[in-house]
Amino acid sequence: MDNIVGQKSSLTWLVNLAAAALVLLWTIPTFGLLVSSFRDRDQILTSGWWQSLFPQEASVQYRAGAPDTAVQEGGLYVISGNVFDGVAAGEVSAFGINSRDPAAYPVGETVTTNDGYELTVNGDGSYRLTSATPFEGTRGERIFVTSTQAPSFTTENFVRVLNAEGLGRGFLNTLTVSIPATVIPILIAAFAAYALAWMDFPGRALLVAAVVGLLVVPLQLALIPLLQLHLKAGIGKSYLGIWLAHTAFGLPLAIYLLRNYMAGLPRDIIESARVDGATDFQIFLRIILPLSFPALASFAIFQFLWTWNDLLVALVFLGSTQDQLVMTGQLKELMGSRGGDWEILAASAFISIAVPLAVFFAMQKYLVRGLLAGSVK
Amino acid sequence: MEQFFGAATTIVIGVGGCLLYFFLTNLLLDRIFPASGPDISRNINRANAIRPWLFLFPALVLLALYLVYPLFWSVYLSVMDANGREFVGLYNYQWMVSDPKFLESMRNNILWLIVVPAFSTFFGLVAAALTDRIRWGNFAKAMIFMPMAISFVGASVIWKFVYDFRPEGQNQIGLLNAIVEAFGGTPETWLTHEIVNSFLLMVVLIWIQTGFAMVILSAALRGIPEETVEAAILDGASPLQLFFKIKVPQIWGTILVVWTTITITVLKVFDIVLAMTNGQWGTQVLGNYMYDWLVRGQDSGRASAIAIVIMLLVLPIMIWNIRNARREMR
Repeated sequence: MDNIVGQKSSLTWLVNLAAAALVLLWTIPTFGLLVSSFRDRDQILTSGWWQSLFPQEASVQYRAGAPDTAVQEGGLYVISGNVFDGVAAGEVSAFGINSRDPAAYPVGETVTTNDGYELTVNGDGSYRLTSATPFEGTRGERIFVTSTQAPSFTTENFVRVLNAEGLGRGFLNTLTVSIPATVIPILIAAFAAYALAWMDFPGRALLVAAVVGLLVVPLQLALIPLLQLHLKAGIGKSYLGIWLAHTAFGLPLAIYLLRNYMAGLPRDIIESARVDGATDFQIFLRIILPLSFPALASFAIFQFLWTWNDLLVALVFLGSTQDQLVMTGQLKELMGSRGGDWEILAASAFISIAVPLAVFFAMQKYLVRGLLAGSVK
Repeated sequence: MEQFFGAATTIVIGVGGCLLYFFLTNLLLDRIFPASGPDISRNINRANAIRPWLFLFPALVLLALYLVYPLFWSVYLSVMDANGREFVGLYNYQWMVSDPKFLESMRNNILWLIVVPAFSTFFGLVAAALTDRIRWGNFAKAMIFMPMAISFVGASVIWKFVYDFRPEGQNQIGLLNAIVEAFGGTPETWLTHEIVNSFLLMVVLIWIQTGFAMVILSAALRGIPEETVEAAILDGASPLQLFFKIKVPQIWGTILVVWTTITITVLKVFDIVLAMTNGQWGTQVLGNYMYDWLVRGQDSGRASAIAIVIMLLVLPIMIWNIRNARREMR
């Protein structure tokens, strides 16, 4: 479109660079949390997630085995072991014998310690401390090593939040809320949209205007009256209540989107069907509904994302018991109670945004189409 | 399991009930006014006058009950006391104008109203202009658009991590403080830093809304007639001139639409503030303050009064939208 005559090619690299910067800026925060959700608690708290992608240099202070673990080998007293002790293995790049110079010697070299023992540390972390006389004292010698650790990740956080933190349950609750709340408004809205698009009756224009107006009514306004209404009607804080609420709140957008789409369908089809004696009910079911599939899909995605991600309606219309708390509610609670436990927060957040992201990437086309049709022009 | 059963039943009842309702009422209508016999034309006319209302009925009931009725009931509640029992006149509104937390919310909402739509639209426009010219534009668009799918709470977790603070001397694990430290600054607990923290919360919403702005504006940019662009190029316009003097003026209407749509979102903002600061340290906004009075304050009078204020702020945009829609309908 733009690459017609006269576009300067020297600008191309600048445009690419700027776009790349923008994309990075927009993805890095999410990426950071994603990476963190795969790290264990200690790693998250001691180093930035960006460091975890590369081999880590770490200084470790290690205490060799106590003197009584020494064995005799041909006249020498020997203490041996591994500085990593089985914990996250890495590679030793240098070692030292006092804190002032923890990387004084290359691996493999044999050094004499202050107490007169001979020490060797190898690249794999194994060390060997030898002495001609029995080791003295009760505590082991201090060894300082500089190690390089390969990036290491774990899925433990996810297992933990799904079970122990109850997020698995929250996932089911969220699903319970959003599926009916997505499916039910579609049909109700479709019938109404058809009437508003293709049937002639007094007050039609007024109704369309009312729908446009209701599009922007702030939810906050509806909360208290509806909560009172639900309590009075005996629905209380239950799934039925939130399904009804989500259905009604989704209707203006649904009717608006579908009406706009249906009004754009070719008049000939509908009129020839009428001439052939089809009733409005038949025209709607056999012709309009199948033809409106793209608009129906657009709305379904919107409504699903909205109900899945909603916090306000769930907080007000559902209780906070274990069998009603949705994931967004749990996430909010966790932010308050486990504010510093980033491994839990990160994993929980990713479980809750995984489904909408999957839907987003799979159905982006319909989402964009819906956005373009839905913004009041 | 029981709850899934309930959900499945609801879907079946909801969808099936709907179909059944429409089917039966239509059938009934055709029985009462059969399109045959001596009164055929009168019958058809009568049936046609009633049928639209059959189609509209369920939607109208839900809309009236869940959106229109609350509008009026909220006005009523806002002139009642905390329990909705006694009439207190304009007391709740008088309380409002002298309540420092409410004034703070108003101030912040005004700041949000200026900053978020402006930056979202600006970044959206830049992103649209850039991604339309590169080969990997669709991928770039998807990445910038992605936050739209993330819940406000999820986004709050993501950004709270960016703003995380470790005392000086420790390794910073929050990106912002790490960058500050790399440039020789001192790390801060950003979210408790008044004024700055409000802007940091706005960043989250800008981050979410930019994708929306980009998608709409990108479509508008592509809809610009090519002749105008070609003519400008032939006249020797530079790429920047081309963009700002030829293209932007032509999509001005769309920019306005994007701006107002984001404005509505901003007015209702709630989750981000609740999750990140809960309105502490000078970050309160109307949406969250209303929720605070509803749930913690247990005062339906004050909460309703705040909701009415939000509604009044939305009203001009609502009217503007309706007028535009009517003009479009001819």
